[in-house]
Amino acid sequence: MIVRTLFFATYRDLAGTDELAVELPAGARVADLVRQLRAGGTALSSLPETPVVAVNMDYAPAATALRDGDEVALIPPVAGG
Amino acid sequence: MLEQTPPALTPDESLRYARHLILPHVGPAGQARLRAARILVVGAGGLGSPVAMYLAAAGVGTLGIVDFDVVDATNLQRQVIHGTGDIGRPKLDSARDRIAEINPHVRVEGFALRLTSADAREIVRGFDVVIDGTDNFPTRYLLNDACVLEGKPNVYGSILRWEGQASVFWAERGPCYRCLFAEPPPPHLVPNCAEGGVMGVLPGIVGSVQATEALKIVLDAGETLVGRLLLFDALRMSFREMRLRRDPACPACGEHPVIHEPIDYERFCGVGTAEANREDRMHDEDVPEMTPTELKSRLDRGERVTVVDVREPWEWEIGNLGPQGARLIPLNDLPSRMDELNPQDELIIQCRSGARSARAAGFLREQGFQRVHNLAGGILRWSDEVDPSIPKY
Repeated sequence: MIVRTLFFATYRDLAGTDELAVELPAGARVADLVRQLRAGGTALSSLPETPVVAVNMDYAPAATALRDGDEVALIPPVAGG
Repeated sequence: MLEQTPPALTPDESLRYARHLILPHVGPAGQARLRAARILVVGAGGLGSPVAMYLAAAGVGTLGIVDFDVVDATNLQRQVIHGTGDIGRPKLDSARDRIAEINPHVRVEGFALRLTSADAREIVRGFDVVIDGTDNFPTRYLLNDACVLEGKPNVYGSILRWEGQASVFWAERGPCYRCLFAEPPPPHLVPNCAEGGVMGVLPGIVGSVQATEALKIVLDAGETLVGRLLLFDALRMSFREMRLRRDPACPACGEHPVIHEPIDYERFCGVGTAEANREDRMHDEDVPEMTPTELKSRLDRGERVTVVDVREPWEWEIGNLGPQGARLIPLNDLPSRMDELNPQDELIIQCRSGARSARAAGFLREQGFQRVHNLAGGILRWSDEVDPSIPKY
C-alpha cells in the first residue's frame, strides 16, 4: 500500500520535501512507517522514534494501523515566537 | 467565567466599542466581560505584539505582559508593537506605551522577568487566560505546567520560517501541550527564529489567531481550538487542523500526573528523552567557554586550535572566521561528519550567538572529544570585541 506522508516545519528539512509517497507492506502501522523513514539512510534518520503523527488529520499513536491512501502528517514541535 | 454583573459601560467606552456592541456574541454584556477580564501575555515579541495590540484595542481591561528583553533592530521586521525609536528600550516599556496609545482604558501589569518555576504559578494564578507567545521550549513547558496546575486556558502559538501552529491547551476541557509533545525534541531539530528565520508577517497571523481565541474564551463564544492543533503554512497559504486527544498517561494532566510543581527545564530541553539518563552527566560537565578575545590572542600566538563553525552555509556567507582557519560543519551534519575532526585537537565550536555551538560542543564531548570549547557569544561577540568588519545579523 502507499501512504501520502506530509512533513511539517523542521521535518521538511530532514525530508528535503514536504510530501512523499511511501510504499509499505500490508498491515503496516504508524511505527512501521516511522521506522522505514528513519532507516532510509537520509537525514530522516534524525526523526524521533515516536514523532507526533496524524493519520487523516487525527492524532495517531504509533500502533495505529495504516490503510492504502492514508494521509500521514508528521508534526514537529516548534518553539519560535 | 465571570460571576458578578460588571458596571455598565461609560459613554466614552460605548462609542469606542460601538462595532462590538452591535456584534452577536459580544454586545454590552460581552464588552463589560472583556473590560473585567485579565489576560496574561507571556512574551512581547513576534506573537505577543499582535496579541497585546488586538486585545488592548478590543478592550480587555487588564493585560499582564511578561518580558525581560530589550528591543533590538532585528526584532522590528515582525514585532510590530515596538518601533524604530524603541531600539535599546525594555520591550515592556515600549509595549506599555503602544498599548496606552491604542487604548488608554487598558491597565498593563508588567513583569520584567524570565518566567521560572519560582514565580510561574503565582503569576498565572492572577489571570483568567494565558497566552503563550514565548520563543523557547523551556518556557513553553513551564507555562503549560503552570496553566495545568492552576486550571487556566493556555492559548498556544508558535512560528518558524513560513509555518505556524496554534491551539488552546486547557486541561479542564481537553488536552494540554504535553499530551501532544510529552518530551522536548532533540537539539538538532530545534532552530529558533534567530537560527531558522521567520517571515515577518507570520506572527501577525498566528498571534491574531491567539488573540481571537483569548477573546472567545472570555466571551464564551463559538468553538475554541481546544482539542485541535491548527497548522498554518504561509507558502501554501493553507490552514489545516489536526484533532488532538487527551493523553491519559500525560505527565502533567493525565490520570496519574507526575508533575505537581512547574520545573525549570533549562537543563532538560534540548536533550531527548532517550538520552535523559545521560542528561545529568552532560549538564554537570558544562562545556568550557572561550571568549573571542582569548581565542584571538591564542591564534595570534600561533597556537594550534581548530575553529568549527556549526552554522548554515548561508550564514557562513554573511561573515566567517575562515581567515582564522575555521571550517564549516552545520549542526545537522555534525553527527555524520564528526569523523572529519581529530579527537586529539583542541576544538573551538562557534555559531552565531553561542547557543547552537554549545549544543554541538556538548554533543562532541559526549562522543569522546575531550578538548572542546564553546566560543562564548559566537560570531556576534567576535564582531563586537575582535573584528567589527564582520557583519552582524
